[in-house]
Amino acid sequence: MEEIILDSQSFKKAIEKVSKEIFEKNKNLSGFAVVGIHNKGVYIAKRILSEIAALAKIQESQIPFGTLDITLYRDDLDEFGSDMPVIKDTVIPFDISQKNIILVDDVLYTGRTVRAALDVLMDFGRPKSIQLAVLVDRGYRELPIEADYVGIKHVTKGKVKVQCKETEGEDKVFIL
Amino acid sequence: MSLNRKDLLGLEHLDKKDLQLVLDSVKPFKDLFTRSVKKAPTLIGKTVVTLFYEPSTRTRTSFEIAAKRLSADVVNIAVSASSVVKGESLIDTGKTLEAMKADYIIIRHSLAGAPDILARNLNASIINAGDGFHEHPTQGLLDLYTMYEKKKKIEGLKVLLVGDILHSRVAKSNIWALTKMGAEVAVAGPPTLIPSNIASLGVKVFYDLDEAIKAADVVNILRIQLERQQENLFPSVHEYVELYQVTKERLAKAKPGVIIMHPGPMNRGIEISSEVADSANAVINEQVTNGIAVRMAVLYLLKPNNKVKKNAASN
Amino acid sequence: MRLQIKNVRIVDPSQNKDKTGDIFVENGMIVSNLSGAADEIYDGSGKIAVPGLIDVHSHLREPGQEGKETIKTGTQAAAKGGITTVFCMPNTKPVIDNAPTVEFILLKAQKEGIVNVFPVGCATKGSQGEELSEIGVLKKAGIAAISDDGLPVSNSQIMRRTLEYTKMFKLPVISHCEDKELSKSGVMNEGKKSMVLGLRGIPRQAEEVMVARDIMLAELTGGYLHIAHVSTAGSVYLIGQAKKKGIKITAETCPHYFTLTDDVVKVYDANTKMNPPLREQRDVDAIKQGLADGTIDCIATDHAPHTAEEKNKEFDLAPFGIIGFETILSLVLNELVDKKVLSLSEAIAKMTLNPAKIFNLEGRGSLKEGSIADITVIDPKYSYEFTKESIVSKSKNSPFIGRKFQGGAVLTVVGGKIVYRKDNQ
Repeated sequence: MEEIILDSQSFKKAIEKVSKEIFEKNKNLSGFAVVGIHNKGVYIAKRILSEIAALAKIQESQIPFGTLDITLYRDDLDEFGSDMPVIKDTVIPFDISQKNIILVDDVLYTGRTVRAALDVLMDFGRPKSIQLAVLVDRGYRELPIEADYVGIKHVTKGKVKVQCKETEGEDKVFIL
Repeated sequence: MSLNRKDLLGLEHLDKKDLQLVLDSVKPFKDLFTRSVKKAPTLIGKTVVTLFYEPSTRTRTSFEIAAKRLSADVVNIAVSASSVVKGESLIDTGKTLEAMKADYIIIRHSLAGAPDILARNLNASIINAGDGFHEHPTQGLLDLYTMYEKKKKIEGLKVLLVGDILHSRVAKSNIWALTKMGAEVAVAGPPTLIPSNIASLGVKVFYDLDEAIKAADVVNILRIQLERQQENLFPSVHEYVELYQVTKERLAKAKPGVIIMHPGPMNRGIEISSEVADSANAVINEQVTNGIAVRMAVLYLLKPNNKVKKNAASN
Repeated sequence: MRLQIKNVRIVDPSQNKDKTGDIFVENGMIVSNLSGAADEIYDGSGKIAVPGLIDVHSHLREPGQEGKETIKTGTQAAAKGGITTVFCMPNTKPVIDNAPTVEFILLKAQKEGIVNVFPVGCATKGSQGEELSEIGVLKKAGIAAISDDGLPVSNSQIMRRTLEYTKMFKLPVISHCEDKELSKSGVMNEGKKSMVLGLRGIPRQAEEVMVARDIMLAELTGGYLHIAHVSTAGSVYLIGQAKKKGIKITAETCPHYFTLTDDVVKVYDANTKMNPPLREQRDVDAIKQGLADGTIDCIATDHAPHTAEEKNKEFDLAPFGIIGFETILSLVLNELVDKKVLSLSEAIAKMTLNPAKIFNLEGRGSLKEGSIADITVIDPKYSYEFTKESIVSKSKNSPFIGRKFQGGAVLTVVGGKIVYRKDNQ
């Protein structure tokens, strides 16, 4: 039994909404860069990036893009037992100082992932600003962190699962 | 994913899947070295003790940097050889460190099996940093990783180990890791320095280095301990140099892309000539850099006993 | 004290006997009938009575190393294992190269020991391998054999003199065969295992070159050579060849050499460290063959107690040796008799009749009428796990802890006196 929050249609709309809002706020795109958090945040970030490129009528490659893995910065590593998370590449191929970074993740929940991601970014340098964009905000925060751009807010205690065309072949968000 | 074990005592005990996991895990740690802040908070609040019963600046420093780059607190203890016999027993020393809440104990010992004894008696994670003639697993892993990085694969790679195989824990760990990963391993040295049953590990034996070097993709040169000469294992340094020094002339007989490795510290002019050590084929300094990243990966992939498995929250 | 063991299967190799009946004991001797009512009747039905076991190779550690074992605790452990006579090796502190030490041990054994104790005297003064000890004086004081055991006589001339000189006393010379230069700093068998573990090896040849030398010296001198704890296929071969040639030598092995291989060293547990070391399967097989064809005459324990502190150490630093009194009988039954290497009678002969003959122990090793009443009763249905807690010996250094056994001693009688009885029997 799964409760669908976003189907492929509304998924697309949510991305467009977020992208538009980001573009509105960062019109001149000066020092603009997008960073996705592994795993699904990376795909969401790529979509947003291409939407924004389209809105600004520039090449996607003109917008600096990075990926970020928070594993080494998690606050719950002790609790994994022998099943440690696989570490993904953190690739920030640009100097982040003086950049306005759009940090992208798929779901915002406790806020702990974002906390870790902020720490990762800080260890690369001193960005001018960091704004947070998420596809779904499911509520139940444990840290004082809020997103600047939200695709859809859906408060739930159930586990929110995000599927993407790139990995599962279909865009879909549902509650397990 | 993890190595699913508390201790790293030897590569004999790891399987191909474990070794591949280590190879796949190293890069994110190595990537840290290029950032302005070269550390991550992964082991913040954890205590790592290096317990060295044999002097070894390079291995100890490598572990210390690895642990510090993961934000652990590091305590270094050097025990003089004489106190092994006279002083506190190994188990008591280990228990004392555990009472001080050490989470990881990295031990170097002149006697084989010392890390096993600690591992059996303590909850802390024990990492073998070299024990007698047994194993030096992190050196084996960093050698494996360096070959993997340079040659992009291990399967089918022809690796030649040169020198004192009999007394070499590095050779042992190399042989386990490489054979499990499908490399073809050969050893070259005088019969007195090659264990008679080494072939049972799936290793080819050469006494003639000029012959052995021809096919090699990788030549890993072991340090020769000069005191072996007093045990009549070879007649003189002069003769050893003559027969087994990897020289420019010998290197010329090898494949052009051959890589030259050495676990260090090198005896330049004895087992390796300076020209070879400084040649473009040598990856000896990369081994040192990789050593830190590999040791970080090992610290990440091992789990002390006091950690309880829970389902971690996501999102 | 009159004792009757009723309805018991009597297995006595000295009489070629295997039949069910009663054993009568009076005044410490085996008799055909009791002169009056028995003071104690032991129901032996379903059990096996054999002559009391004789262990010609052990270390009781007293005097000098009472932390490891004493004559009291050692003989208690022996009694529990069904052993009625133990030989104790001379590497005590001081060593047994003088009459007062022999007398001390015999006195202590009389006062506190519960089984027969026969000291073995040093071959050379201080076991230094340089000058013969006063073997005649030691013999008079009560030794049963001569040996420098773990400090073997390396000088061939001195070994020759030892074998020659002891002839007049008919004293066997027990030789621990080891070329110390070849075994130098080795701690386990030299082979694939030692290579993998990074431990220095002791090659089989360290034992075999000395077995060969001693056989030749026995041939030269006509002395009474008894080769201790045979551990290799090569030694079995050499001894077999010598016997075929008619050279009068005898040999023993220990239960661990026909039970374990160097595989068990794998976690650097010093309870698997002894000298000679555990070898490989082909050696185990050859030793079993040597036992079966009579090349090896005796089975002894080489009971060598060491404290937990000494053993719970780096493998290289721990001393050689394991305890053996409490496991020899069960190992012989399970590894040799059950596996049909030896018949029960043949197996018992190697721990009774043969050692009694080789070491001239008159009146022992037999249940014949007129023999000293040293008796071991075995319950073949007694199944148990050998636990650390159950060990009576002062030291617990056994590689067999945790092993399950079927069959063991339930009653031990020494000189007509019950010295051990398993509870609820």
